[in-house]
Amino acid sequence: MSITYLEAIREAQARALAEDPRVYIYGQDVGAFGGAFKATKNLANEFPGRVLDSPISEDAMVGSAIGAAIEGMRPIIEMQYADFSTVGFNQIVNNAATLYWRTETKCPIVIRLPSGGTPGSGPFHSQSMEALYATYPGLIVMTPATVEDAYSMLLEAVEIDDPVIFCEHKYLYNHLKAEALPTEAMPTGKARIARAGRDATVVTYSAMVHEALAMAEELAREGTEVEIVDLRSIKPLDTDTVLASVARTGRLLTVGEAWPWGGVTAEVIARVACDGYNLLDAAPMRLNAKETPVPFHPNLWGTHRPTARTIALAVKDLLRR
Amino acid sequence: MLQTASRPGPDKLAATAPGSDPMMRERYLTAYRWMLLARLSEEKYANLYRAGKIYGGVFIGKGQEAISVATAMALHKGDTFAPLIRDQAGRLAFGESLLDSTRTYLGSKLGPMRGRDGNVHRGKPREGCMAMISHLGAMISVVSGTLIAKRAKGETGFIGAVSLGDGGTSTGAFHEALNQAAVEKLPLVVVVTNNQYAYSTPISSQYACENLAERAVGYGIEGYTLDRGNDLAQCLDVIGNAADRARAGHGPQLVVASILRLGGHGEHDPAEYVSDELKLSKTGADCLRLAEQFIRDESLATAAELDRWRANAVQQIEEAVATAQREPKPDPDKEDWCALSTRRLGDGYGAGCH
Repeated sequence: MSITYLEAIREAQARALAEDPRVYIYGQDVGAFGGAFKATKNLANEFPGRVLDSPISEDAMVGSAIGAAIEGMRPIIEMQYADFSTVGFNQIVNNAATLYWRTETKCPIVIRLPSGGTPGSGPFHSQSMEALYATYPGLIVMTPATVEDAYSMLLEAVEIDDPVIFCEHKYLYNHLKAEALPTEAMPTGKARIARAGRDATVVTYSAMVHEALAMAEELAREGTEVEIVDLRSIKPLDTDTVLASVARTGRLLTVGEAWPWGGVTAEVIARVACDGYNLLDAAPMRLNAKETPVPFHPNLWGTHRPTARTIALAVKDLLRR
Repeated sequence: MLQTASRPGPDKLAATAPGSDPMMRERYLTAYRWMLLARLSEEKYANLYRAGKIYGGVFIGKGQEAISVATAMALHKGDTFAPLIRDQAGRLAFGESLLDSTRTYLGSKLGPMRGRDGNVHRGKPREGCMAMISHLGAMISVVSGTLIAKRAKGETGFIGAVSLGDGGTSTGAFHEALNQAAVEKLPLVVVVTNNQYAYSTPISSQYACENLAERAVGYGIEGYTLDRGNDLAQCLDVIGNAADRARAGHGPQLVVASILRLGGHGEHDPAEYVSDELKLSKTGADCLRLAEQFIRDESLATAAELDRWRANAVQQIEEAVATAQREPKPDPDKEDWCALSTRRLGDGYGAGCH
């Protein structure tokens, strides 16, 4: 038996609904239809009245989740695509994220963002929004890269008393499989060494972890051992694990599917430059998507974002520095 | 369903009355006293602002007290209320203490916002009084969420009320939330105070329909025009009726009350853009003065009682200000600089607190 990343998300929601009567799911087409990606397949049947279709109103979806959380519920909001969360952005960053700081009222909501690109999806169904949310105090931003993390981090997200932006990657939904659901979980806030290596450190997250792993496999054949750090959550960001890896390798490349200005890759390099400058044997490097909207055609899309091939070229550059 | 208030104006009220019914008389006088406390307290805040004793702005509800108090008095314990910037009367009537209001303006550490937010952004969400954000229309769906939760928990008999201005009706959040509340058939009362201006923008630049209450038809909800928002009896009647309808299961209610904002957007704004013609119109009449006149004309209270109430309000205000001024201010060295309740997940890297 095997389980996909998408099924893990569905199973985590089923378990959360089963174990906690305060949990409900609200989003477009999530009810009888089971969601645009089937992340809530059959849940409306299994949990009557707790998996609710919303109008196409992201602002009101998030606003009502905040109100329900104030009244003690633990809503899970499904954005149909991460891109559409911009319509609910005001409620997320100004209402949900400020509520606890301003009023000492906890706001336990989870907002699921089907994130990142897939071939043919184009500018408005492909975005990676994590850095945008991470800049706001009061939000936790999870970016699971594995089936195990998709399951356990979503369960943890529902238990956390603060708003969680859960960036699940659409490319991994059906591509990524595991043997079984995990029985143990790493806590959020801890990064994971996805592959050990001595020559260079690649820090990344979400779908890019798999491009980086494919790159490391390839370079290993040539005798280069690259260490891959999977951040798991970008906020909080586990600076210690990154620094420890850079201490072992002396070289750092950060990779992200998001756009280059600011963001996670810049943040990681800033922290290493400030706290681990003397651990570096060479100037660090960044690799991000190109500075254009996400293109529609697979030929363009495949070049717009980093891939195992372009990450390998970057690592070779890094090793020559 | 769109209805226009049929209740006559104050000049014709004698026959129908608060005066002829002891319960209505009591309700009218209670409302009047909240309005008086609201007016006098906000005048005090405005004076403190001009004396440089208040951080940030002061935004007062002068002229809108009747609508505000009627909204709050239609609510019961356990209901949800989302006041906006001109709801001092409603806040007090809903149960906010004058001291907490004063503390927030004066930046006391002991106030509900502890110096982290100020003036009209105060609230106690767990006690049903939402703490507004500045983005208009945003609190409607939050109130809806509290109603959805109560329904899910099996509670009955509750409603929620949201206060809004004419400017707020132009936002996407307003549209999304009214449509959502209609789809969910929530017991929600949205009270729009059409005070003729959003900051300096006249309603002619704000909307193009004849009457904002007509929008209710488009949402499939019940709508009411409250044409004399400075008539306390009409406010109590129309808003109270809308609240009763919501509580009885008739779904969301939209009340649009017309009035003139008797002042600027905030105390920094002399509002020179408001015409004398509008100020002298019936819309521009002061609700507090009309209510007081009605009380005298109908002998609902004696002159001595009116004087005593005013003196009592002034005393409460002086005490609240004196208390709040003695209280500690927030201390940046003792402040808890973590925006999360889950402290272990805080990430303050680069903020000097790691």
